Amino acid sequence: MNQKTTDKQIMTGNEAIARGAYEAGLVFASAYPGTPSTEILENLAKYKSELYCEWAPNEKVALEAAIGASIAGVRSLAAMKHVGVNVAADPLFTFAYTGVTGGCVLVSADDPGMHSSQNEQDNRNYATAARVLMLEPSDSSEAKEFTKLAFQLSEEFDTPVMLRVTTRVCHSKSLVELSGREEREPIAYERNIAKYVATPANGKKLRRNLVDRLKAMEEYSNRAEINKAEYNGSEVGVISAGVAYQYAKEVFGEDASYLKLGMTYPMPMELVKEFAGKVKTLYVIEEMDPYMENHLKAAGIACIGKELIPEYDELNPDIVRSAIFGTEREVFKSDAQAVVRPPTLCAGCPHRGFFYALKNKKNVMVTGDIGCYTLGSAPPLSTIDTCFCMGGSISAGHGAAVAFRQTGRDMKTVAVIGDSTFFHSGITSLMDVVYNKGNCVTVILDNRTTGMTGHQENPGTGQTLMGEPAVEADIPLLCKAIGIKDENIYLINPLDLRETHKALNQALAKDEPTVIIAAWPCAIKKFSEGDKARFDLSPKKCIIDQEKCVKCKACVRTGCPAILSGERILIQQESCTGCSVCKQACPFEAISFVDGSVGR
Amino acid sequence: MSNVKNILLVGVGGQGTILASKVLSEGLMEAGFDVKMSEIHGMSQRGGNVSTQVRFGDKVFSPIIGKGEADLIVAFEKMEALRWIEYLKPEGRMVINDAEIPSAPIQMGLAAYPEGIIEELSEKAVTYVFKATGLAETLGNPKSMNMVLLGALIKAINLPDIDWEEVIRRNVKPSFVDINLEAFRTGKAQVSGS
Repeated sequence: MNQKTTDKQIMTGNEAIARGAYEAGLVFASAYPGTPSTEILENLAKYKSELYCEWAPNEKVALEAAIGASIAGVRSLAAMKHVGVNVAADPLFTFAYTGVTGGCVLVSADDPGMHSSQNEQDNRNYATAARVLMLEPSDSSEAKEFTKLAFQLSEEFDTPVMLRVTTRVCHSKSLVELSGREEREPIAYERNIAKYVATPANGKKLRRNLVDRLKAMEEYSNRAEINKAEYNGSEVGVISAGVAYQYAKEVFGEDASYLKLGMTYPMPMELVKEFAGKVKTLYVIEEMDPYMENHLKAAGIACIGKELIPEYDELNPDIVRSAIFGTEREVFKSDAQAVVRPPTLCAGCPHRGFFYALKNKKNVMVTGDIGCYTLGSAPPLSTIDTCFCMGGSISAGHGAAVAFRQTGRDMKTVAVIGDSTFFHSGITSLMDVVYNKGNCVTVILDNRTTGMTGHQENPGTGQTLMGEPAVEADIPLLCKAIGIKDENIYLINPLDLRETHKALNQALAKDEPTVIIAAWPCAIKKFSEGDKARFDLSPKKCIIDQEKCVKCKACVRTGCPAILSGERILIQQESCTGCSVCKQACPFEAISFVDGSVGR
Repeated sequence: MSNVKNILLVGVGGQGTILASKVLSEGLMEAGFDVKMSEIHGMSQRGGNVSTQVRFGDKVFSPIIGKGEADLIVAFEKMEALRWIEYLKPEGRMVINDAEIPSAPIQMGLAAYPEGIIEELSEKAVTYVFKATGLAETLGNPKSMNMVLLGALIKAINLPDIDWEEVIRRNVKPSFVDINLEAFRTGKAQVSGS
């Protein structure tokens, strides 16, 4: 496992951003995990002897902490996925007014094509809306260099800088040349109320200053080395940025001139005009929104963009080629069709037991949240009615419950949220339920980790990003403090169907706020000592007695990927964890533990 | 315009496609090629299909390819070979692990696993088909299936001048080095000539 140490390494964009921040002398970084941004902080943690990094409970907290560190005089960074910037937008817009002390970089990792996201918003629009300088690297080498430049520009122009990347930059590997770390003295702290206290009086001045700063930034953009023209004749010109530039190079090769933009806010409009004047046909090739195209068109520059290039989903060279030239490649077609392979809850996933129990409750609307448990919406469980954003399940459940009550309908709501998501922004929603006398049943699926993004620590796991022991947030106590009554808090094992049914039935019968805390560790996480002490995690396997099996498929309807339904119904021993949800679901007692042990 | 080669590794979450691509990319980089590799994480880890793309040559721009552009597809599962066939060049080749992993709709009995995949793909393209999972099991570690397929891949793209075994040594835990090297050699032996 030893990494060969050379000056040149093959790195993902995320590793390269972490390396760039390290080389730039970064002192403080904070983030909330979210695909495709997660590995930036995980990689920064490798340099923990020389810098500090942490998981924040949410993206707003992460950015605010980075702002504090910047004002305290060091270089700081906050990283998040595109939708995380929505959460962090509040501090971002005002931070753009105040500016920085130590350089501060916000990494926005967008997900064109929604590989692992609920939408594909184009966060370049945030740079325009908040008026923050924006850089867009197109591969890992640029990811590292642009990160370093971002810190420098942040200090030079007194502004937070947005480093905008996309999935194919974050998760693609390419060659990177490493340099050493720049050791920097912290900038001495001085109170500066006029700059950092955004009261209306100060804010008005800061807002006017921003106009001048923007002018200076645009002037820089026009001479920035990372905005460069490559001339190959005057017939065709291409303006592009980010990974779309790489696609354009594949498609046009040496048959077009390029204006490759590394800094896309403020746009280098003088440079753009000069380039446009030198080519006959001008294409703007960009993923998602017509961001650059709109800047060109607003300046009266004729160009071809979204009338040909798709405005949604991610691009690739083939899509760009057929969009521009109308060519279709010859491809293999097959008569047989591959069956879809959707992601599923894993074998032994504690969420399965809970959803299997919830599935049959009548007159219930289930509001869901962002995490592995969103897969509870997929067949055969199909037990989640809504999913919008982190933390939204409880507040949506409350609103719906009130709406049903106000209009005299016999419906209850169950809000389903994970532990990390509850800490992210579910707590404030639960306060809403209590404060406003709602009766939504809140279910916290506490799997002792941040599951979907690959098992990051969170305030409930007892460990930090840098591997140090931490205080565990006490969820039941927190609920009590908010005002949930003792008798309305149910602590259950979600793999125990009887216990889960009992808690759900009791909670649904009450006309006041209730919380069910369904605690069991994620089946595929590395169990902590705390997990082993608290839960019975001894390895078990289940097996079907073929003599007793009548093929009613009750076990198949749990949706467990270890169960195979064919002529016979079988449990694949290599993937079974012995969670026993199928055993409890079987009405004919045909399923037992392989070792003959008794119990649930 | 270029001498860039495109390799697609496709399979199911948990099959070890990422480690195989990592070894491949590192070896190619050390041999002096420009290399780009792209993988998809996230929800696909939960039993969904996974894909990794590796591109190498004198100068590589895009980290990903589109349909009809792969020189070689290595399918860690045979239905995944079928899913990605459109990405193969007309003269492209496929290495296919003759193994079935049913997806959720098949497990639930809602769809049937497609029949005749190997026959149909072999009729259309140059294929190297063998039971990589079975071979890895025989060697004593079913998880080394990814190294069996990597061996076949290396033979199929004909890049013998790179010290692949050294790259494998660096990328696996010391206690698993021997079994992985054995798996790698077994895979190489499955592809004759080139």
